[in-house]
Amino acid sequence: MDYFVQQLINGLTLGSIYGLIAIGYTMVYGIIGMVNFAHGDVFMLAAFIALILFLLLTQLLGIGSLGLALLIVLVLGMALTSLWGWVIERLAYRPLRGSFRLAPMISAIGMSIFLSNFVQVVQGPNNKTLEPILSNVINLPIGNGSATLAEKQLLIMVVTAVLLGVLWYVVRHTPLGRAQRACEQDRKMASLLGVDVDRTISITFIMGAALASVAGLLWMTYYGVVSFSDGFVPGVKAFTAAVLGGIGSLPGAVLGGLLIGLIETFWSAYFTIDYKDVAAFSILAIVLIFLPSGLLGRPDVEKV
Amino acid sequence: MRWLSEPLLAVDHLSMRFGGLVAVNDLSFTVGRGDITALIGPNGAGKTTVFNCITGFYKPTSGRLALAHGGTPDESAVALLTRSDKRRTHGASPELFLLERMADHAIAAEARVARTFQNIRLFPGMTVLENLIVAQHKTLMAASDFSLGGLLGLAKHRAAERKALELAKAWLEVVGLIDRADDPAGDLPYGAQRRLEIARAMCTNPVLLCLDEPAAGLNNRESAELTRLLRGIRQQTGVSILLIEHDMSVVMDISDHVIVIEYGVKIADGTANDVKCDPKVIAAYLGVDDEDVARATAGRAGP
Repeated sequence: MDYFVQQLINGLTLGSIYGLIAIGYTMVYGIIGMVNFAHGDVFMLAAFIALILFLLLTQLLGIGSLGLALLIVLVLGMALTSLWGWVIERLAYRPLRGSFRLAPMISAIGMSIFLSNFVQVVQGPNNKTLEPILSNVINLPIGNGSATLAEKQLLIMVVTAVLLGVLWYVVRHTPLGRAQRACEQDRKMASLLGVDVDRTISITFIMGAALASVAGLLWMTYYGVVSFSDGFVPGVKAFTAAVLGGIGSLPGAVLGGLLIGLIETFWSAYFTIDYKDVAAFSILAIVLIFLPSGLLGRPDVEKV
Repeated sequence: MRWLSEPLLAVDHLSMRFGGLVAVNDLSFTVGRGDITALIGPNGAGKTTVFNCITGFYKPTSGRLALAHGGTPDESAVALLTRSDKRRTHGASPELFLLERMADHAIAAEARVARTFQNIRLFPGMTVLENLIVAQHKTLMAASDFSLGGLLGLAKHRAAERKALELAKAWLEVVGLIDRADDPAGDLPYGAQRRLEIARAMCTNPVLLCLDEPAAGLNNRESAELTRLLRGIRQQTGVSILLIEHDMSVVMDISDHVIVIEYGVKIADGTANDVKCDPKVIAAYLGVDDEDVARATAGRAGP
């Protein structure tokens, strides 16, 4: 039982990070119907930005308080990554809007390769590591044994929950969120009603990048290691999470992220760690075959 | 005869070609301020093409579409604006807009021409009320300082949001959908969706409301309701209405001014009664030999 609870905690932690990345995929897909394959690399880039900022603050500027340092990294990292997200949309996707459907997708793959190579060149191909932080654990007695909840795991879950709450409020109750939902359903009509569609799409990319930036920071805090190729596997898993939850659906992305995190963790814990990626991606295949619109997605019914 | 004495929109020698097909050919007419104007004609006459030119969905091959706010599109002022490379005047009275030079969203936002579509284009996943609030996006966005204010719950934003909500609710009362305010728009019955679309267009505060077949698919009772609704809207807001309609009972009932086109050419223009008796119109609708029409018009026009 304690082993199970421990895996549950680990799975939820990992799933939270996947969920944060998955939101970026799902929001962009919802609004322009395109899978932003570069999103995973934006996440990787954000992890690097977080690492560099963190080292700058603690080593160079000598900020002693860990909490303050993390907060500054969070805010600055979100700003910088958002800027990347905005520039990517501007350069790689907007000029192709209205082109054939595959064009922005090819451009996204190109952007993905560019980003990971760019980081490889400027940061070197080796893993970058960070001293473990926030590793104090809270012991949770369960039955005869106990499970541990590390501070960083708690941080990850709390930050994710808070961000989701904020995002939910923005999308549901602000003019910006209404504009996003309107663009999602009928872009032409939204523009006729005075919604600036281009700006709304830009902001969507910025929001996705900001969440990926938080995910990058949390990833950095959790694993303490990042490499230029880390955009790919977590990125594809987050994409799987978005598809599993129903691409285009915000709660779906979070649910999918948590499920993928749990599946992966439990698979490693009870079967074999070698096949954990196979397990996660088998889910993608199975979902696409049996439930193409995902768990919470709306089926695309065309009235004839 | 307001379309002659007090026009709001002047369509001047409008032509629209698609490759070799001439959809609209040298069409000129005016829309009177505060009038309900109907654009009718047999299927494929080019009515929707005219609409698409007015609302900026198509860029006309040639011709001029001049709209005036607070006045009439005066000939010399329009000519002056046409010679410049500008698309509108700023601060002048009346303010003039050359619609053929403007993009569709600019026509909606600046020239304040709202339209509905033959096939309903609501946001089906949003609630009825939200559909009307999205239509006030521009004012809300400005008041909320691009949502930062909305996030912080600033007083200015809350006031704007309240005003938007009030306007939306007022329009829901008008179209009789206040009870369904929180339902998804896609769940409404067809006739109610049509009314909601009109209410949404009115929430953008237009000077000209273009309705593409608003009575299509409605039964007699709903058509009569629509007629009442349009009259009420015109009376309350003074908005000018331009509509395409096939349902002749609706057209004859509410139109101050009817324009009939066939094969992209205007064949009649006048009050509902004038048009009803016009032999060319009767021929276009019932299908008569050209010779009969020639004879009939010759007889009427005299020697």
